[in-house]
Amino acid sequence: MLAPAFDDPALASQAVFRTVMEALARPGLPRPLVSKLSVPPPLSKTAAAVALTLLDYETPFWLDHELAAAGEVAAWFTFHTGAPQATDSARATFGFVSDPAAMPPFDAFSPGSLEYPDRSTTLVVQVASFEHGNALALSGPGIAGTRRFSVQPLPPDFRARLVANRETFPRGVDLILVTQDAVAALPRSVRVGS
Amino acid sequence: MSEPQMPDPAAPAPDTGPRRAAMAVLAQAHTPEIQQGLAAVADPLRYVELRPVATGLVMVRGRIGGDGAPFNLGEASVTRAAVRMDSGEVGFSYLLGRDHDKARLAAVCDALWQSERCRDAIERHVLAPIRGRLARERTEKREQAAATRVDFFTLVRGED
Repeated sequence: MLAPAFDDPALASQAVFRTVMEALARPGLPRPLVSKLSVPPPLSKTAAAVALTLLDYETPFWLDHELAAAGEVAAWFTFHTGAPQATDSARATFGFVSDPAAMPPFDAFSPGSLEYPDRSTTLVVQVASFEHGNALALSGPGIAGTRRFSVQPLPPDFRARLVANRETFPRGVDLILVTQDAVAALPRSVRVGS
Repeated sequence: MSEPQMPDPAAPAPDTGPRRAAMAVLAQAHTPEIQQGLAAVADPLRYVELRPVATGLVMVRGRIGGDGAPFNLGEASVTRAAVRMDSGEVGFSYLLGRDHDKARLAAVCDALWQSERCRDAIERHVLAPIRGRLARERTEKREQAAATRVDFFTLVRGED
């Protein structure tokens, strides 16, 4: 059955937008994100809040296998945001991943073009925690020096994927990572050390 | 499936005629009428609001004559509601004006109307009385107009 969205759409989506913007401005720094939404599984509450805030009728969304298998997620997105579902990941403006270990390679998504690098896919990835897992040494815009950032779970070659994503700059995908209560971002501008 | 799943506006709508007719009646209803009717159908009503009821503006377009060029006549307040009954039906309403209660109740009627179980009750307790009032008002107006009707006629004017 279709579930309601934000109680107060204007204020709630502004608050989430602010949080996501700050997360993108400081890559690898988790920000607390409280969401009281009741959403169809396996979608997480925080990913749902990000979706309600960022999706609209001009932004096709793509769902990974598990999210797409639960038809309610697509119905919920479409009802509350008006966004169409894209079955081809390369045509999606936003991609939602509930099983990060099995996420498709970044080149399955749109990196934008040199003329319009903003026409890329932004991936919203549901992860378990920002405290465990192998630490990545991040540097680049928004980071003074380097910042250590751990995410779990991730595919084993995640570091190599981020390096390759940076090489095509200004093209590339941006990542928004969400746990149950926080959001962190890895925009395409981030550099990964060893 | 490779295309984004957009609803096709040109696709022939499923048979929405009767549902549309029901909503057209509700659009002309007074809030207490819907309230009383619904109380007879189901009490208490159990539903959640899928979207908070909201008032906005829609642009009304007009044309002068059947072949005139369309122009923007002005904006009208419209209130919309979307509710889901606990039994699963989803109902919508878009009504002229700013009456949130009326929009909510009309959406509830729309949801109940879709369930086979409640449709007859909605038709009988909610829609029928409103239809009756509308018909009465129409007849009254017609009679008032008819009472003041003047028939002109010309006597035959002959030269011979």
